Amino acid sequence: MQKSLHIDPGKCTGCLQCEMACSYEHTGTFNPSRSFIKVFTFHDEGRFAPYTCTQCDEAWCMRACPVDAISIDASTGAKVVSDDKCVGCKVCTIACPFGTINYAQTTGKVVKCDLCGGDPQCAAACPTDAITYIDADWTGYDRMMASAAKSLPSAETTAG
Amino acid sequence: MSWTRKILRVNLSKGSCTSEPLNMEWAKQYLGQRGLASKYLSEEIDPKCDALGPDNKLIMATGPLTGTMASTAGRYSVICKSPLTGAIACSNSGGFLGAELKFAGWDMIIFEGKSEKPVYLLVQDDKVELRDASHLWGKTVWETDDILHQTHQDPQLRVACVGRTAENGCLYAAIVNDKHRAAGRSGVGTVMASKNLKAVAVRGTQGVGNLEDAKTFMAAVDAGKGVLAENAVTGQGLPAYGTQVLMNVINGVGALPARNMRDVGFEGAENISAEAMAEPRASDGKPNLTTNAGCFSCTIACGRISTVDKTHFSVKDKPQYHGASGGLEYEAAWALGADTGIDDLDALTYVNFLCNEDGFDPITYGATVAAAMEMFEEGVITTKETGGIELKFGNTEAFVAVTEALVANEGFGPDLALGSKRLCEKYGRPELSMTVKGQEFPAYDPRGIQGMGLTYATSNRGACHLRSYTVSSEVLGLPIKTEMGDAEGKPELVKAFQDVTALVDSAGLCIFTTFAWGMDNIAPQIDAACEGDWSVEGCMEAGERIWNMERMFNTAAGFTGKDDNLPPRLMKEAIKSGPTEGQVSRLDEMLPQYYQIRGWTEDGTVTKETQQRLSL
Repeated sequence: MQKSLHIDPGKCTGCLQCEMACSYEHTGTFNPSRSFIKVFTFHDEGRFAPYTCTQCDEAWCMRACPVDAISIDASTGAKVVSDDKCVGCKVCTIACPFGTINYAQTTGKVVKCDLCGGDPQCAAACPTDAITYIDADWTGYDRMMASAAKSLPSAETTAG
Repeated sequence: MSWTRKILRVNLSKGSCTSEPLNMEWAKQYLGQRGLASKYLSEEIDPKCDALGPDNKLIMATGPLTGTMASTAGRYSVICKSPLTGAIACSNSGGFLGAELKFAGWDMIIFEGKSEKPVYLLVQDDKVELRDASHLWGKTVWETDDILHQTHQDPQLRVACVGRTAENGCLYAAIVNDKHRAAGRSGVGTVMASKNLKAVAVRGTQGVGNLEDAKTFMAAVDAGKGVLAENAVTGQGLPAYGTQVLMNVINGVGALPARNMRDVGFEGAENISAEAMAEPRASDGKPNLTTNAGCFSCTIACGRISTVDKTHFSVKDKPQYHGASGGLEYEAAWALGADTGIDDLDALTYVNFLCNEDGFDPITYGATVAAAMEMFEEGVITTKETGGIELKFGNTEAFVAVTEALVANEGFGPDLALGSKRLCEKYGRPELSMTVKGQEFPAYDPRGIQGMGLTYATSNRGACHLRSYTVSSEVLGLPIKTEMGDAEGKPELVKAFQDVTALVDSAGLCIFTTFAWGMDNIAPQIDAACEGDWSVEGCMEAGERIWNMERMFNTAAGFTGKDDNLPPRLMKEAIKSGPTEGQVSRLDEMLPQYYQIRGWTEDGTVTKETQQRLSL
């Protein structure tokens, strides 16, 4: 079964546990500036939104890469950058419509979410389940159920 | 490790910024943040110096856990001598600035001297410079934050700055970071402005690593997060209701002071409570509370993000206040509300916005207005002084008007900028100032909750609930239930809470974790991250050492046991009605025992033996 990161911004409190978990997994340091997931704060609206790569099937970044440095991890479906091959040309960062693959000055390579090999640490660290890792076919399941609940006739109506 | 082992020393008189190694010998004794910075302050300034003169220093300090994944590990503290109290000041703030400072590679910044012209400090990792801030002087906190983000084109920049009240010399001005988190108490913002330092803007990309034992640390952190999630207060109450969960609780047990502590119990409490903040309002169907919010690394997320009703008189013609921003916490709601007799939630939220926008402490401010209101009702202050404002208890329009006067530094504003002690002295009624060592009480009546009387009287920064929050035990029953009306056992309780708090405030963690965490949850996280003995015993001893060191600073500044007192109202005027009717503070019984347990003399001086025992 393929799984996807599922993000529910309504549950996010902006604590950045996900950014720290991501950077710790990939760099061994707590360093939000090197996290592949970012939490955006919309101050005047009082809203927070975690955002990262959605692992497109037809990945623009992968198609654009001139040196085939981005490949598919067969076990997770993640598009993974090979540091050995990446030449830091940044064409993928132009190709990605979502801005979720980025150049890192510290390494001279591009970086993106790799789903931590199937155990995404952002989801594990999120204290409010704003980020979960679930069946890729059913990322809409909770919202669908909530809508279904609204469509129920009231108990009184059905009792008769 | 987890300390970066680097201090940034900024001499504002010379305009120099230098890096120096952290004194690791002190770090192993005082941990970081509150403890370690207070040690530096004690060693580097004359406790008798003028708090607003160039000889005072201002230290922004992180703890060793700041910037790590430990829950709530985003705190920093500001340490200096306080202009409000003359005692040592240490104000703690959350948000994101503390962690950013750590990511830039600095454990603390020591500001010394005074700049000739307004400046701000820009920290980008190792690149550090003082820049001209003449264009920022006279701007609010919110404007300053926006301008610095525009100037540096860096959305990740974190800013701490002072607003106009600090520039105008208001004695309880705060340093506000991330627009609505504040090192709020004791006038640390006033000290910052006195040095012509407008802002500190920080961007760090180095991260925090090199933990002493990373694997053990992550296991301890995970266990700690689990404990917070399962605890009713930190897992449910605080995220859902914030600290405002207390408004109805404290009112219900008979410990909510009202109208300058003339009364206990506020009939309007429900209207300004957490429950009221969640109620949809008539005009637009939205509640006051937009969402809860977490500070850096915090898995509790008690922060309130609120809006004011756009049709409310206070903001009707002011669209700049129509967006969401930092909402009411319990202490602010009490001081701005119950203490002034005002139960208009929108007005209080608006005034709270102003406290953030221009950087002043809502506790001291609300309590100062309350003292002014009492003097107004007694005819000591008249409309002549207030500029025609009927400053009576419960007058919402008057409250909003004097707040705007404070921010504009006009009319009655400069009087209110003095704080209640100087205001009441000015008008010949010093006994009406509800303060200890010149700092105003927060939201727990010490006649109702006996431990809080001793807490206030002995707090090293003047009246404060965050030095030993015995409410946790006396009202909430955490970690053990004690009776709030009892004086017996409270000296021991207060000492234990003070020592634990001093240690938590020195680690980079938030004190709210201690609703769920004991030292056996905290010590393993510190011990795994840091070099040195941070066992439970080691942590408790460090906490006690820090408490005594602060006390010795205050003694050297001229304070004695006579300053460990409460206003006569709380010792003599019994609570008039409600569940705590008839009670007064029994401080006289508790204080001598407290001194004895502390190993102090009868007049509250730290003895030579105690100093030796704690390696002071």
